[in-house]
Amino acid sequence: MNKVTAITSILLAGILTNNMVLSKFLGICPFLGVSKKVKTALSMSIAVTLVMVIASAVTWPIDTYILKQDYNYLQTVVFILVIAAIVQLIEIVLKKYIPPIYKALGIYLPLITTNCAVLGITLINVQNKLDFVSSLFNALAAGLGFMLAMILFAGVREKLETADIPEFLKGLPITLVAAALVSLSFLGFAGIGG
Amino acid sequence: MNKNLKTLTNGIITENPTLRLVLGTCPTLAVTTAAKNGIGMGLAATAVLICSNAAISLLRKVIPDKVRIPAFITIIAGFVSVVQMLVKAFAPSIDKSLGIFLPLIVVNCIILARAEMFASKNPVLPSILDGLGMGVGFTCTLTLMGMIRELLGNGTVFGLTVTANHITPMVIFLLPPGGFFVFGMLVAASNALAKRNGKKAVEHLGCETCPMASVCQKTNCTESEVKA
Repeated sequence: MNKVTAITSILLAGILTNNMVLSKFLGICPFLGVSKKVKTALSMSIAVTLVMVIASAVTWPIDTYILKQDYNYLQTVVFILVIAAIVQLIEIVLKKYIPPIYKALGIYLPLITTNCAVLGITLINVQNKLDFVSSLFNALAAGLGFMLAMILFAGVREKLETADIPEFLKGLPITLVAAALVSLSFLGFAGIGG
Repeated sequence: MNKNLKTLTNGIITENPTLRLVLGTCPTLAVTTAAKNGIGMGLAATAVLICSNAAISLLRKVIPDKVRIPAFITIIAGFVSVVQMLVKAFAPSIDKSLGIFLPLIVVNCIILARAEMFASKNPVLPSILDGLGMGVGFTCTLTLMGMIRELLGNGTVFGLTVTANHITPMVIFLLPPGGFFVFGMLVAASNALAKRNGKKAVEHLGCETCPMASVCQKTNCTESEVKA
């Protein structure tokens, strides 16, 4: 029962209170860049969630059994290389065996290698000394949180297209102000789930 | 020499990485809750940028074109680890406040973008100057933003009390929404300045300068820009 509570609180924290994009500022580039339409936002966030979970599943054993305490300083180098390799591998496997999914998500995969959310979540997992299962759920929660933020924001931006915006705010500034308001609404979740 | 000087100043004003190219948004928003953190982050990134630009420029004829991105990332990750260890040893308080964003310099788009756009095509000296210019530009913007947020959110600048005794600080500026808002206003101001000088305003995130632009032609991120 304790395990269930722990995992629920990880999920709640990842999706709402410690939202990857809106409170930890990880993955801002895709958040601002690929959120013009709800559909692309959804595909991008599915790809990110997938890569995050797989990357956590691979980097956790590497850190625990190979790097241990002695080679901690290699974390950054090893993790980014592992993530780059995983992304390549996922791309190849999807292309060969599940072409429809590759068609939908494939174009986002190369972008994910340099997405700080993926490297960020693997580093957070090992820094917080989470166990294997918690790491996977933490990655899943972060991915879902990313998805929620992306979709909400894409909806806001679709409305912005037709809005009458003051000249000096047009373009990127109004996008950032909108992001500020979306992030303000997420402050309301602070306190849920401890 | 004149050309080298231009390379140096290019990054500070004309092509300021944060405000004009809009790269490296994540650390810009995350660490600027105090001016001191802005400087720390900026200097750490500058050190990595100079070293990686120099190394990549030296290796530019050796690295095969097909695997250049992984090769760049490996070189950058190496330098980031060095900087990370130095900061941990000599400035533990900065290490604490930057937290996860210190190792995340690896995936800072500014560094990869400069490797791809500049260092892989130019000799060593200009590459180092480009790294220095871009780094200083990044540091200045981060410090400015840190000062604004610290002043409004905490009533202090660099830890010295300024308005805290007269005006109640608005804590919201230290929280995530304040980060987005202040950055939005800075971009608006920089756009207005650019327009006055007859340059184009930044409409979008820096897709054309993104190192991944060549591979993501089809996402809607570049769609509009490819057409334009």
